Amino acid sequence: MNRDLIRSLEQLLGNDGVLSSREDLLLYEYDGSVEVARPECVVFPRSTEDVVRIVDLSNRHEVPLVGRGAGTGLSGGALARHGGILVVFSRMNQILGIDVENRRAVVQPGVVNLDLTRAVEHAGLHYAPDPSSQKACTIGGNVAENAGGPHTLAYGVTTNHVLGLKLVLPTGEAVQIGSSALDATGYDLTGLFVGSEGTLALVTEITVRLTPLPETIKTLLAVFDSLDDATETVVDITSRGITPAACEMMDGWTLRAVEAYVHAGFPLDSAAVLLLEVDGLREAVEEQAESVAEVCRLHHAREVRVARDAQERDLLWKGRKNAFGAIGRICPTYYVQDGVIPRTKLPATLRRITEIGRQNGFEIGNIFHAGDGNLHPIILFDARNEDEFKRVVTTAGEIIQFCIEMGGAITGEHGVGMEKDHLMPLLFSEIELDLMRGVRDVFNPKGLLNPGKIFPTSKGCGEIRVRPLPLAGTMAR
Amino acid sequence: MSASAKISETRFADIVGADHVALDPEILSSFEIDGVAPAAVTRPRDAQEVSELVHLAAAENLAVIATGSRSKLGIGMPPARYDVAIDMTRLDRIVAYDPGDLTLGVEAGIPLHKLASVLKEQRQFLPLAVPFFDRTTVGGTIATGVDTPLRQLFGTARDYVLGMEFVTGEGNLTKSGGRVVKNVTGYDLHKLMIGALGTLGIITKINFRTFPSPAASRGFVAAFDTAEATLGFRHRIARSALAPSTIEILSPGVAELFYSDDAARIEPGALRPNLLPNAKWALTTGYAGSDRVLARYEMDLRQMADEAGATEIAVLFHDLPAAWGRKREFVPIALASSPATTIMKLCVLPTRIAEMLGRAAGEGENVGLRCVALARGVGVIYFALLPPDGSNDSRTKVSGATARIAAACSEFGGNSTIPWCPAKWKSFLAVWGPERADFTEMKKLKTVFDPRRIFAPGRFAGGL
Repeated sequence: MNRDLIRSLEQLLGNDGVLSSREDLLLYEYDGSVEVARPECVVFPRSTEDVVRIVDLSNRHEVPLVGRGAGTGLSGGALARHGGILVVFSRMNQILGIDVENRRAVVQPGVVNLDLTRAVEHAGLHYAPDPSSQKACTIGGNVAENAGGPHTLAYGVTTNHVLGLKLVLPTGEAVQIGSSALDATGYDLTGLFVGSEGTLALVTEITVRLTPLPETIKTLLAVFDSLDDATETVVDITSRGITPAACEMMDGWTLRAVEAYVHAGFPLDSAAVLLLEVDGLREAVEEQAESVAEVCRLHHAREVRVARDAQERDLLWKGRKNAFGAIGRICPTYYVQDGVIPRTKLPATLRRITEIGRQNGFEIGNIFHAGDGNLHPIILFDARNEDEFKRVVTTAGEIIQFCIEMGGAITGEHGVGMEKDHLMPLLFSEIELDLMRGVRDVFNPKGLLNPGKIFPTSKGCGEIRVRPLPLAGTMAR
Repeated sequence: MSASAKISETRFADIVGADHVALDPEILSSFEIDGVAPAAVTRPRDAQEVSELVHLAAAENLAVIATGSRSKLGIGMPPARYDVAIDMTRLDRIVAYDPGDLTLGVEAGIPLHKLASVLKEQRQFLPLAVPFFDRTTVGGTIATGVDTPLRQLFGTARDYVLGMEFVTGEGNLTKSGGRVVKNVTGYDLHKLMIGALGTLGIITKINFRTFPSPAASRGFVAAFDTAEATLGFRHRIARSALAPSTIEILSPGVAELFYSDDAARIEPGALRPNLLPNAKWALTTGYAGSDRVLARYEMDLRQMADEAGATEIAVLFHDLPAAWGRKREFVPIALASSPATTIMKLCVLPTRIAEMLGRAAGEGENVGLRCVALARGVGVIYFALLPPDGSNDSRTKVSGATARIAAACSEFGGNSTIPWCPAKWKSFLAVWGPERADFTEMKKLKTVFDPRRIFAPGRFAGGL
């Protein structure tokens, strides 16, 4: 990279605000996905003004610019695909304001998701979107990806909790969109920018809603001897109009891997478990928990266990949220997908996934947000075996194709990024993609902000690319 | 009719059939917006025909406005140009309904009440308790972005619209989002369509998440002497474990409106006399659940209302539909209550509601106008000025008061607009409120979606 540019960045941010040596940059070529791309330089702004000046420099030197939070993303969204400057927000990690009465907070993008909840818990509030990586991931990253999590079933995803953003546009202007008060006049810009995967602007302040903590929480573990019984239970719970706060599923293979690591007390001989949570008013929770347990028993759950206390509840959730770490212990490489299907198609889809695995010679684990129909099939393989690797790619493609045939989508919460860009034509026509490109180009006219994301790089129908996959990480999904 | 529109007439008929192109002045006048009538009304059958009509209009540079039941055409500025109305009411099908998945896809022209009855059969609903409920189409509801008392618990359309199909200003039939409840595939373009008044696209299909109907519902009404005490009750509920589905604060004088003949015509159903006290402030709240849950709500609400200084308390069961229906229809009832009703929408943080109500009422009083307000607990106030006539004197009073109220709202960090007022007053009032700093970004979007500016030109904020 141009020495002048690096010098200008160092002048702006200080020597400790810029990394450009090869060994430093290596740390920033990964995120939580299977992708790799190395930036040419990493910068750590401390203010909106810093970000404005960085954008100006990127424009002057015509160098790409990519925003990044904690790098826990699962689709390569925060990787510098075409090199350039990686803008890491870890030093913009201040909670700027908390308004308990109005249930609002204003945060910088580098605030860690769980830290916001910890800062407002004393007032009986929390920040509801809770990706499994919430101990590490940042709210800025959550906004870019419109992140979900286990509790989004009842509470909604990131976009439902963001009211306003301060942006630095690729042209270098800082602008506030949305507002702390509701119904900001005009087009819903906040709704567009949340989930735009860092391709439209860099976010430097976020106004969020805070949500009251429930009066009571009950966590249930339902154990099944057949996968079909577990999926049919989810369909039945949904169609009866019971909305648990969370409804997570783990198949037998996955829970054995998790149990060996976490020792949460998951039964090793079962075919599947459902981790269900109901929360709210004491009276309502008791009734809901009873109805949920009843539906589980109706579908032959061999056991429905209610967590006795917060400790047991935390242990069950630890098992769920650390599942991917557990899998990382037992195999060299895995590939996770993020397809979504209508909930009524769960049983058929899980059966089909098993079948696709069998036909291609893979065991596929399933641990996912069943209540949302958001699948995370995990294909284990050895990346060093070229033939096996090719078969993984085919297998993943067949699963996504099936999700789409079921009326679903290619990503529920991980984002398109550089991992699924080639799949976009399976869902959107060239006209539709062109409209989205038009929106990108009007804000990001030179294409310098996060290039090579969301949109297929070559026109034509999507084909699963063959690419090198790194060894499995331990980042939670 | 412009020469160009004349030339296009036969080509419109080629697309939708001659029976579905209207040029009769009487029909045209029924599609008027603020006194401006279109040169032709077209009635497409499906999204493909809408796309072809827009494509043709774009080629001929004709301004197009999509309409549904035409109940809310009064929102926004008069159109700068208006050649063709696209009547969407023939697009009234349910495209997909998967009750087990709680998802639904409908064409934009389906009447909301018709959809509600289909959902009811499956014991489900959409939380769109919007004004003009018995007439409005789903597309019109979404395009105008009108809100609902149920937003207290369910949020607004942006929280449960899963995806949309729409036609762009170049006539392209496009979509964004999907039909599944969780989806981050591509930009959420459909969120831009909500409340955009058809200036970015014509919505042809909308996918929703539906909600299970509760076992039973109740309402609770408490009367207070002051706005502050009423808001005190609101804040107590907010701090409690209760999660009611609606919370609304009614100013003195709302009861008179709700007991009027106009109100009974708009939303029939007998209201017990004195249920809503006319001289006082009132807080109404709705909640749902099993008997035990309802009992808990009633017990906690009674206690909190007492602590907040309530002078009267009532629990509604039998009166609920009528009472709640009138809250839902506050706008049409207020519109029927004066020949020149002007309604401001003032959005402030909940802790500012009392102050905002006080300032607005004070300004109304200063110019000697009758005013009433309905404030949602989340901080959205509908403040209605009810002048005795549409005279210039009334207009001067209204324009002065609304300007000062809007300034106070800005001072409180809020957002103000004037969604309803007499058409002839619009050029004197700040219909879309003060210009926002992010307006430049909105203009950019307009150039992407409607490069020729043929969709409802001039109707939206900032002349978009």
